[in-house]
Amino acid sequence: MEDSVKKNLQKISCKVRMGVIEGTYNAKSGHPGGSLSISDLVTYLYFNKMNVNPDDPENPDRDRFVLSKGHTAPALYAVLAQKGYFAEDELKSLRHIGAMLQGHPCIHTPGIDMSSGSLGQGISSACGMALAGKLDNKDYKVYTVLGDGEIEEGQVWEAAMFASHYKLDNLVAIVDNNGLQIDGAITEVCSPEPITDKFESFGWHVITMDAHNFDSIDKAFAETETVTGKPVAIIQKSVKGKGVSFMENQVGWHGTAPNKEQYEQAMTELSAQLKELEG
Amino acid sequence: MADVIKKATRESYGESLKELAEEYKDLVVLDADLAAATKTGIFKKAYPDRFFDCGIAEANMMGVAAGLAACGKIPFASTFAMFAAGRAYEIVRNSIGYPHLNVKIGATHAGISVGEDGATHQCNEDIALMRTIPGMTIINPCDDVEARAAVRAAVEFNGPVYMRFGRLAVPVINDKETYKFEIGKGVVMKDGTDVTIVATGLMVNEALESAKSLESEGISARVVNIHTIKPLDKELICKCAKETGVIVTAEEHSIIGGLGSAVAEAVTECCPVPVIRIGVNDEYGYSGPAVELLKKFGLSAENISEKVREAVKLK
Repeated sequence: MEDSVKKNLQKISCKVRMGVIEGTYNAKSGHPGGSLSISDLVTYLYFNKMNVNPDDPENPDRDRFVLSKGHTAPALYAVLAQKGYFAEDELKSLRHIGAMLQGHPCIHTPGIDMSSGSLGQGISSACGMALAGKLDNKDYKVYTVLGDGEIEEGQVWEAAMFASHYKLDNLVAIVDNNGLQIDGAITEVCSPEPITDKFESFGWHVITMDAHNFDSIDKAFAETETVTGKPVAIIQKSVKGKGVSFMENQVGWHGTAPNKEQYEQAMTELSAQLKELEG
Repeated sequence: MADVIKKATRESYGESLKELAEEYKDLVVLDADLAAATKTGIFKKAYPDRFFDCGIAEANMMGVAAGLAACGKIPFASTFAMFAAGRAYEIVRNSIGYPHLNVKIGATHAGISVGEDGATHQCNEDIALMRTIPGMTIINPCDDVEARAAVRAAVEFNGPVYMRFGRLAVPVINDKETYKFEIGKGVVMKDGTDVTIVATGLMVNEALESAKSLESEGISARVVNIHTIKPLDKELICKCAKETGVIVTAEEHSIIGGLGSAVAEAVTECCPVPVIRIGVNDEYGYSGPAVELLKKFGLSAENISEKVREAVKLK
């Protein structure tokens, strides 16, 4: 990946992280940890991969995105705001009464392709969208992001079976493998490991990538284009809370909003990162 | 007297899907390994490229249907009522209901008339479950003619629809040449002044039989067919409450949360009159031939008549 492209993505990603902090701080609730672990991914998808246009959000030929791990909506909202689907100011009213931005994604929000957040369900909807694309001979792709804890849901494996049976090679499921879920480490709660082997045995093409390295991300998504006849799973090795020092790898930041002091510290850190990138 | 033609509404469902396929190119059908029983196999045979078996995985099937609908398809997701409304409830609620997607759920083998398979497969709770989902339309047709009309109405309607079909062959009581079906509109099948029997599904025929026999006893019973349980035709229900002063409801479903509850809720608000509910009481079914089970559970013309006799005394 060209350095200028990479740097631009890094800047946007930093702004997305600031949006995550802004949103969850103002909401006094929400899920910053997992939002920060997918910030680079959603930035890459919306700014370097997906065929989407905020001026034509319903275009039937567009690529689709389903955030199966819907609780990390703050990252999606932040990237949609960066992309121009709605004003950045909306992030400040996240989860407020009467606000457009709901706690979990809602299909009626501009740029949101599917309501999601009850875990395990988004991947099934993504399968339906991919199947519709096949039926209509359209060449759009469907991207869906799952949590590594989320794949403990049985429905995920029903969907995994369906996707490979129907050869949905226009479907890419990214598993955000940050290793932590609400009750602790995924390996201690009720281990979904080995994740790669599971998807492979369900007939998927599996790719592993570093979730916070745009070269690695770019390489992985380039590989998705070469796969035919089977769905693709990308296991992204990520850091929960990535980008905010005191949130990184801390299970407690799964579903806790920063207080004023923490908000200020997080914003100071992210501003410094942005300044360095811009400098 | 002409022979009574009997047909299971699940057959009407399967045949209708096939008939509508040419007209509605976006219509696709999903099933969960029950195509032979739900009768979607009829569609599958004619349009194999538009039929998708999801295997025994109803949760995923409902989600796939949601995704298809979000891309402009009109998916009919089919399985037994127990699994469509029961097992997949939360997916129907969150992936179909909440985004208000154009998914049609074809739930067959509803109620006690599943018969020999017994309690695990006799779903008497589906209407109650589906009623709680905002924006869900619920249709429970009484015979072949109405079932066909309902499937057509569902495909023409934009929004989620739960359709309830039976396994048992039931008498065809409507005239296909003249029958007009409208979602949300109850049908007065027989006029009467002493009591209104509000029935749905296969109980409509039992209600008509009951009303006929009650006539000889001097009781004039009105029979109303409520094929659309949600949205309920409150106007008609309240009119009947006012005009006949007492209501008996009859459904092949739990008395909790189904037609009887819906009617009682409506009447309480507009014209409080006694509402006697006939249905499966707060209990599980068991194995046996469907026709005998229906009798055992009081889902018969005889039991309706008995309850009507008690009801008119409450006026």
